[in-house]
Amino acid sequence: MKTLDETTDEILNLAAQHFKVPRAQLSPDDDFYKKFKIDSLQMLDLLTRLENHFGVELPDYEVQGVTEFRTLASRIQSRL
Amino acid sequence: MTDGQGKTLSWGMKDGVLELVLHRPPCNEIGTAMLDDLERFAAALESVAGSASALIIHSLQPAGFSAGADLRELYAAAMSRTAEERVEGVHEFLERIHWVMNKIDASPLTTIAAVHGVVFGGGFELALACDLIIADKMARFCFPELRLGLIPGFGGIPRLRRDVGNAIVRDLLLTGRSMNASRALALGLVNQMSAEGQALQLARSTAAQIGKFDRGASAEAKRLLKPIPRDELRMEIEVFCELFARPAVMEGLRKFVESTDAQPYLP
Repeated sequence: MKTLDETTDEILNLAAQHFKVPRAQLSPDDDFYKKFKIDSLQMLDLLTRLENHFGVELPDYEVQGVTEFRTLASRIQSRL
Repeated sequence: MTDGQGKTLSWGMKDGVLELVLHRPPCNEIGTAMLDDLERFAAALESVAGSASALIIHSLQPAGFSAGADLRELYAAAMSRTAEERVEGVHEFLERIHWVMNKIDASPLTTIAAVHGVVFGGGFELALACDLIIADKMARFCFPELRLGLIPGFGGIPRLRRDVGNAIVRDLLLTGRSMNASRALALGLVNQMSAEGQALQLARSTAAQIGKFDRGASAEAKRLLKPIPRDELRMEIEVFCELFARPAVMEGLRKFVESTDAQPYLP
């Protein structure tokens, strides 16, 4: 089973790839809404990409109010 | 008339396949303009049915297939009306959209919704009126109506119940969560899943296969397999209108219209 740090790292890699930013510019405590100026459609897109990548379902309400990569990772981790 | 052009959509025939293309920005919200266009399309559908084998409905909007009812238009119209007028207005809208959905549902053509991105509320209901749903792997399906104190009103519950088990209907409706295409495929709600950006291509190849069958036999098979749940659809309109009369709905609409939240479809 993946550790929380490993899951967080995978999310950061995905985010760097998807939003086309250098991985080194991202950290677990970043607020991804602010960092990428995500709107409602992009949030759905992100949710789907995470679900497809990790092979889990992540109900929308589980990520409601979540802004940091690390917290997002913990939500995914609880379903792996 | 095999081709048509509206403000929010257009349709045309190619190689015996009719394609209805939704193109109202930002995400094909279904308000009065799209309803007018859909009515014209549904009326034309009867006259072209003899010369086509299949219908594909898809969207040109990058955001998705359709975000459902135009809640901003609904709220703006409701603001200037009394409670009684609001219910009358929404009742008339529902009767009209149900007429359209029933025409598509009962069409002798084999109908395919090729969906991507947002497939929410009324957009999901339009897809459910079709015989097959072919989904891009990035598509998401959702019935968020409870956040407004409402139920889906364009035929969603009866048509979803026709296709999948009650537990799935309850999950989607009572949690208001969105569901990805992989899960929808596993549940049988989606018939085929494509790579990103390939749903229309898959739909076209499926339509080409459908075109090889005898039209009369396909239409009869569909008539036997896919009865329209008319009593439940009628009940849905009545329940929707009863709920719409409650003050909580206006408050829910106001919150949605004014929301800057990244997940405005959640309560």
